[in-house]
Amino acid sequence: MSAHTAIDTPRGRGKDAPAVVIESVAKHFGEVQALRGFSAKIHYGRLTGLVGPDGAGKTTLMRIMTGLLVPDGGSVTLAGFDVVKDNDAIHIVSGYMPQRFGLYEDLSVMENMRLYAQLRGMDADQHTNIFESLLDFTRLGPFTKRLAGKLSGGMKQKLGLACALMAKPEVLLLDEPSVGVDPVSRQDLWRMVQELTDDGMAVVWSTAYLDEAERCESVLLLNEGKLEFDGPPQELTDRLKERSFRLTGVSDERRAVLSRALNLGTVGDGVIQGDSVRVVLREDAGREEVDALADEVGAKLEPVQARFEDAFIDLLGGGPGGTSALAERMDEVKLDSDIAVSCLNLTKRFGDFTATDNVSFEVQRGEIFGLLGPNGAGKSTTFKMLCGLLKPTEGEAHVVGLDLRRATGAAKSQLGYMAQKFSLYGLLTVKQNLEFSAGVYGLEGAIKRERIDEMIETFDLKQYLTTSPDALPLGFRQRLALACALMHRPPVMFLDEPTSGVDPITRREFWTHINGLARKGVTVMVTTHFMDEAEYCDRVALMYRAKLIALDTPDALKRASRSDKHPDPTMEDAFIHLVESADMEDQARADAKAAA
Amino acid sequence: MRRLFNTFANARLRAQIVKEFFSTLRDPRSRLVVFAPPLIQLLVFAFATTLEVRNANIAVYNHDAGHWSYEMEARVGAAEFVNKVYTVQSPDELRGMIDRRQVIAAIDFPSDFSRNIAAGRTGTAQVIVDGRRSNAGQITAGYLSAIAADVSAAARKDTPRASPVVVRNWFNPNLIYRWFVVPGLSGILVFFSALMITALSIARERELGTFDQLLVSPTTTLEIIVAKTVPALAIGAVLGLAMIAAGAFAFRIPFTGSFWLLLPSLLLFILSVVGIGLMISSVSATQQQAILGTFAVGVPAVLMSGFATPVENMPEVLQWGAQMIPLTHFLVIVDGTFLKAMPPADILANTWPLSVIALVTLTMATLLVRSRLQ
Repeated sequence: MSAHTAIDTPRGRGKDAPAVVIESVAKHFGEVQALRGFSAKIHYGRLTGLVGPDGAGKTTLMRIMTGLLVPDGGSVTLAGFDVVKDNDAIHIVSGYMPQRFGLYEDLSVMENMRLYAQLRGMDADQHTNIFESLLDFTRLGPFTKRLAGKLSGGMKQKLGLACALMAKPEVLLLDEPSVGVDPVSRQDLWRMVQELTDDGMAVVWSTAYLDEAERCESVLLLNEGKLEFDGPPQELTDRLKERSFRLTGVSDERRAVLSRALNLGTVGDGVIQGDSVRVVLREDAGREEVDALADEVGAKLEPVQARFEDAFIDLLGGGPGGTSALAERMDEVKLDSDIAVSCLNLTKRFGDFTATDNVSFEVQRGEIFGLLGPNGAGKSTTFKMLCGLLKPTEGEAHVVGLDLRRATGAAKSQLGYMAQKFSLYGLLTVKQNLEFSAGVYGLEGAIKRERIDEMIETFDLKQYLTTSPDALPLGFRQRLALACALMHRPPVMFLDEPTSGVDPITRREFWTHINGLARKGVTVMVTTHFMDEAEYCDRVALMYRAKLIALDTPDALKRASRSDKHPDPTMEDAFIHLVESADMEDQARADAKAAA
Repeated sequence: MRRLFNTFANARLRAQIVKEFFSTLRDPRSRLVVFAPPLIQLLVFAFATTLEVRNANIAVYNHDAGHWSYEMEARVGAAEFVNKVYTVQSPDELRGMIDRRQVIAAIDFPSDFSRNIAAGRTGTAQVIVDGRRSNAGQITAGYLSAIAADVSAAARKDTPRASPVVVRNWFNPNLIYRWFVVPGLSGILVFFSALMITALSIARERELGTFDQLLVSPTTTLEIIVAKTVPALAIGAVLGLAMIAAGAFAFRIPFTGSFWLLLPSLLLFILSVVGIGLMISSVSATQQQAILGTFAVGVPAVLMSGFATPVENMPEVLQWGAQMIPLTHFLVIVDGTFLKAMPPADILANTWPLSVIALVTLTMATLLVRSRLQ
């Protein structure tokens, strides 16, 4: 059964009329100008991506389109209704899924669906056929009795989608539906949304993932409240023709090569992709400089297809330079042992639930080691055991040869830690945060002042010293968090989803520092949901259902998942492939057991 | 001891104490719980809440036409606690006035009231009290019987007066209500402020994610606890002293005891409260939970502390429970220091339980924080 029975195609208005018309819409919150007056149209039967860095105004526009916010200027009509004047009608013709859909965690999947049906004034008993087709569509059929709170992140999003679709909307608005959702569930969401647009519905999908934007049929690119681009993503990518290159055969030197490439005047952007370096030239720049660099380091330079992300960074004026002022100042890290972090048969059980099951690995000095996995796979638990925040049920974890749970203060100062939300003290000023971090790591007197001044200079924090970290632009907040974590020059860094919710340019600056630190011999342990970030890692450990299912270099993982369908798989393809094969193995084992 | 000294001397601890002070004083929520309740409670308790009966309305239903009932009625009307006397003409009217809470009590003079007195017998009048307002009603009934006694004394001025019991109220001769409320208030305010500041402190860090950051740093659990104790101790002491000063100077309550014995008792009291607050905080995941925890613990603690009702009147089990509440002991000390020049031995008898409570709760808090690491 397809979505046809569940969702009617848009009625009456004809396919040529736009689904949403935005007329010089503007909105400000106090001093902040969230939307600066732009116009655009969104069409039926198409998936329109709403992309832009953090704080670009995506959510504000979404909320105006659903009639939850009133614009200060301009107008928005949705399916022919003005969002302000015909507010009641908007709620009937549109379906909205906010970043966190309001599911009732203590109700089961079915009870949630019935509740949303009743809120829409539908008689739940009369509409069992709708429920059935929605459950079928979202593949939630087997889980109707499960409590919503017990669903995985991906399943929650699918249930949220089912509830938003209940009203048979003509326009479906999804606000960052894939945040915190692992690649496998993401793939499912895509499939569902594509079926809906095939049936003629207009779907708006806002996202910070640029690889998702690339797959949309049309894109609205926002930056600082302005519309920077409106059209098919391919059109934007085409502007970058013959400007993207890959330097291969630089395996051991790739970080140094990236750093040098980014410092070239003709290079606007560059990232590491497994064993190679990918660079994007600036507009009208020749390839001579990059050719020279390739010759010098003995690399092969090959043109590659431009990606939407290249175009995005280019549009925003290119990424940061390649030199980390921070790493420049660091001394080369020396350790007694070549193994910086290790764990052996690490297991953690919460009651009868096993979060981490018998995980062992070793991390070399100066290595960037990525810990990946779907939501709830146990990577966070493993990470916390490694840095001493959780006690393993069995097995042990060592950092520079020390068990951190039993370690003294001196041993703990061997590690730096930066968490997802940049755990800074919002009630203290930037300067006081720096002073606190220095103090809590036992720095005193002249050395403390020297380090703090150094961090202020390196990260250009001078203008913000008396500001609260909460009021800083995101990029500076990240710099401050990094400064606080590195004040005591730790040989090992733990980064727990450090770039979650951070835009691509800020992420590039972050990785410039991390690459610089790794070149100085700092060992970096990192968890991430961004598959392109996994490419920066020397090795990647993939966790699934509490177990370590793969551990290798990014290129080796990609090679292993090569198939007819994906001749040149991305990290994301590799991730999905590995998770699916783990599922199949489990299934085969279960079948064998059943047969026996 | 050496370890404790080292703990205090190091840079890590200093950095944390500074951080705690800033966090407490800059957090609007903390600031609210620190500064708003003292002001509000001072005004509410000192002026609005009172156990004395004032401005009472009384109804009189007089079947008697004689001298003595009028004498009594006039004296009631002139009494300081009475606002207005209503004369009613029927039992129904009287019932109605009590029903509508127009009056708190009514006096019913039977028709033979004056005749009986004139004949040298006892004149009996009935006093009807609104039992819904039991406390104020009882006090009103007491005042009315005092007036009746006066009338009866006047009626027999020719006969020698029976020697009545003369009551003297020691330490608070005029039974001024504020004299025993305000000193106790200082204890309650310090109790709630210190409890709330510390209850929020770990929970706030956990909610914002900074607690993990703290746990991976070289700092020890002991340092974390000490750093969170210091600001609560300082702010609590300032508040407590301000309240005590307000009692002594603004309300002119006699301060008869030793300030130098009261101060260490106050500090010990705050320490024991800080321990409880940190215990609440270490088991709370969010500030919301911490606030709920504070009320769940704080309100029963105040009710059982002897502030409103004497501990001796409670069932024995609860009396034992009351001994575990720091406020119970501090109230004895602060009331005693104000009004009855409590001698050092008696103060000591109440400070050692405070020390025990402080030691136990602070140790428990340290252990709880440590166990949450695992």
